[in-house]
Amino acid sequence: MGLLDAGITKHNMLITSVDNVLNWARLSSLWPMGFGLACCAIEMMATNASNYDLERFGIFPRSSPRQSDLMIVAGTVTMKMAERVIRLYEQMPEPRYVLSMGSCSNCGGPYWEHGYHVLKGVDRIIPVDVYVPGCPPRPESLIGGLMKIQELIRMEQIGISRADALKKLSEKSVDPQFIIERERKAVGA
Amino acid sequence: MEEGKVISQLVQESAAAYSIIHEKFGSAISDFDANGTMPFFEVVDTSRWTEIALFMRDHPRLKFNYMACLSGVDYPAEGKLGIVCNFESLTHFHHKLAVKVKCARDGGSLQSVALVWHTANWHEREAYDMFGILFTGHPELKRILCPDDWVGYPLRKDYKVQDQYHGIKVPY
Repeated sequence: MGLLDAGITKHNMLITSVDNVLNWARLSSLWPMGFGLACCAIEMMATNASNYDLERFGIFPRSSPRQSDLMIVAGTVTMKMAERVIRLYEQMPEPRYVLSMGSCSNCGGPYWEHGYHVLKGVDRIIPVDVYVPGCPPRPESLIGGLMKIQELIRMEQIGISRADALKKLSEKSVDPQFIIERERKAVGA
Repeated sequence: MEEGKVISQLVQESAAAYSIIHEKFGSAISDFDANGTMPFFEVVDTSRWTEIALFMRDHPRLKFNYMACLSGVDYPAEGKLGIVCNFESLTHFHHKLAVKVKCARDGGSLQSVALVWHTANWHEREAYDMFGILFTGHPELKRILCPDDWVGYPLRKDYKVQDQYHGIKVPY
């Protein structure tokens, strides 16, 4: 039951942990930096627009790195752009999260061998929390990645590092295969 | 058949344009190549390239007032680099011509036509950036796509990418 369903009146009290409140606030207002580098940005914009409506998750692109919590690296990172990406990342206030969207920023994508000008994975220059595969990923995949960021934030506690939170997240990971099988059976496929 | 006829007529018009240029410059340019897609000739005496360019642009029966493209080419077997320029005559004639100009792969240079067709300005910079072709007389010959401190010319056949760029590993 949610807070609103419980019917809060001015006489009620809620007791929770600081971790819970902080994490809830952070994951409910993930503000990504509004910048796109290539075709993935088109999918990202589609995800922000009315059909997929990211604002229902409190995700709303900001025009300044100073106001952003999340960097969605949407597209091919060229060597020329790499240094700008580092600078933008450094301008973001902590805690900050990085989502690498699409094959290009994951590993260089189609440019991995002959793309002399392409950085072969944005994780060579900044730490990446979540990778979304695809070329480009569909909006559903991007939303999946953003949900993963939210799960990561849920794992955080005061006094533990990002690495510990990522470790906790990976320990809680579920193999999706049986869910897929179950759903397939349910629809009789 | 109908289509074949139309194409050959275009080539004929290009051949007529070529003969005007050939009349003036003689052996400074090569024979006409009646390529069905894009008829062309090559500039043999490259020191007259700007002169030929101005002639092609200004002659009342040529009026090649539009440079559609300028591409760089690497010919490692011949030890040469070159450019291929595509010309058309907007609003005046239907003829089209491609012109090839080559220079030595090591230490060679070509005359710039950036002041004849302004289109050539950025296209020559691109050819310089990708192939290392030097254009003498270009108003601002510097890299256009790669960063200024990039090493090597990426579209040369023997190009090897640098290991590091500003401390970032480049190869996969």
